[in-house]
Amino acid sequence: MSVLLFTLIVLIGAFLAGLLGSLTGLGGGVIIIPLLTLALGVDIHYAIGASIVSVIATSSGSAAAYVKEGITNIRIGMFLEIATTVGAVCGAIVAVYLNPDYIAVIFGCILIFSAIMTLKKKVDHTTQDNTDKWAKFFKLNGSYPDKGKEHTYAVKNVPGGFFMMLFAGTLSGLLGIGSGALKVIAMDNIMRLPFKVSTTTSNFMMGVTAAASAIVYLHRGQIDPGIAMPVCIGVLTGATIGSKILIKTKTDKLKVVFAVVVVFLAIQMIYKGLSGAM
Amino acid sequence: MGTVNKDNLNDKDIQLILGTLLRAGVIISMSIVLIGGIIYLVHNNGVIADYKVFKPELSKFASIASIFKGVLTFHGDAIVQFGVLMLIFTPIARIVFALFSFLIERDYLYVVIGLIILAIITISLNGGLAH
Repeated sequence: MSVLLFTLIVLIGAFLAGLLGSLTGLGGGVIIIPLLTLALGVDIHYAIGASIVSVIATSSGSAAAYVKEGITNIRIGMFLEIATTVGAVCGAIVAVYLNPDYIAVIFGCILIFSAIMTLKKKVDHTTQDNTDKWAKFFKLNGSYPDKGKEHTYAVKNVPGGFFMMLFAGTLSGLLGIGSGALKVIAMDNIMRLPFKVSTTTSNFMMGVTAAASAIVYLHRGQIDPGIAMPVCIGVLTGATIGSKILIKTKTDKLKVVFAVVVVFLAIQMIYKGLSGAM
Repeated sequence: MGTVNKDNLNDKDIQLILGTLLRAGVIISMSIVLIGGIIYLVHNNGVIADYKVFKPELSKFASIASIFKGVLTFHGDAIVQFGVLMLIFTPIARIVFALFSFLIERDYLYVVIGLIILAIITISLNGGLAH
């Protein structure tokens, strides 16, 4: 395949990945990696390197809007970034020594898990009980504006959330994805943050987390300009358009269809990994 | 009441600058990637794309120094990689900015937290870790 044709196919694929990733909340990275490896036969190391770059682009782009609106809790974000960046660097280093087949299997499992998470109905766990001593010490309790009103919230179980973020960061560094599904679990279910705050803060953290592992990948030669270029341009364009459509449309049905597609991709990744074909 | 308002305004200002910084970083670095990409495609028109096997030894721009050298020779792939590097440094610049804004607010706990994050990133910048 010529460079021009390859670039065009990846560009279109990345655009669709970014569009669907933002409409369903799964993120672009989890779709572009199976696309590159399964459909185009790209080595998973290159696919991961390109994906992590697109994660930085989309998360920084959308974080810009949320930060301006004042929904993002910058203190929670920065506090938990300690855990995610340590995890990301460790994950990226471990990835060198790990057989690509194992990476594919782990990737498939996370893909299935993320698909299930987007379909699950969210339960509000927010609390006003601001007695957690860690939350007080790190000044994590806060408030956010919604429909002209200021809503306060309190944070619980900070060590639990921190530990989960360490895990989320490791997977992000290992697989080249944002691991938004895990971050949201840590913040919604464990730390009891409101959805709006957890999703925007998770987005805010993704950029730094991905940057930490991207540096390791860059030095290892995993970020190839020929793949990274169409992937990050395509995913960012798709995600930007997706976030504009998202405000106007209901995406429930799309989520189900998409989850099925993702599970199908995941099974293929796992199968290829188990049969040693990655 | 006066001080509360002042603090709110201060926080809002910081959020506004943070948001602008992130957006500008993404737009500038992606423009560089796009320009580099076009040059790369023009120069590599007839070449066959081969990414079937991971060959780190063939990677020309696997360090910050080699990227800067490549950009000076005006190679498309080097310019793309330079844009990628700028994109990587966008969220890092955001941490540096947040660190200074916490310093102005005299929130030293969060100055320390910012420094810890920067230290982790500096460790990962040390290419030796990757090999």
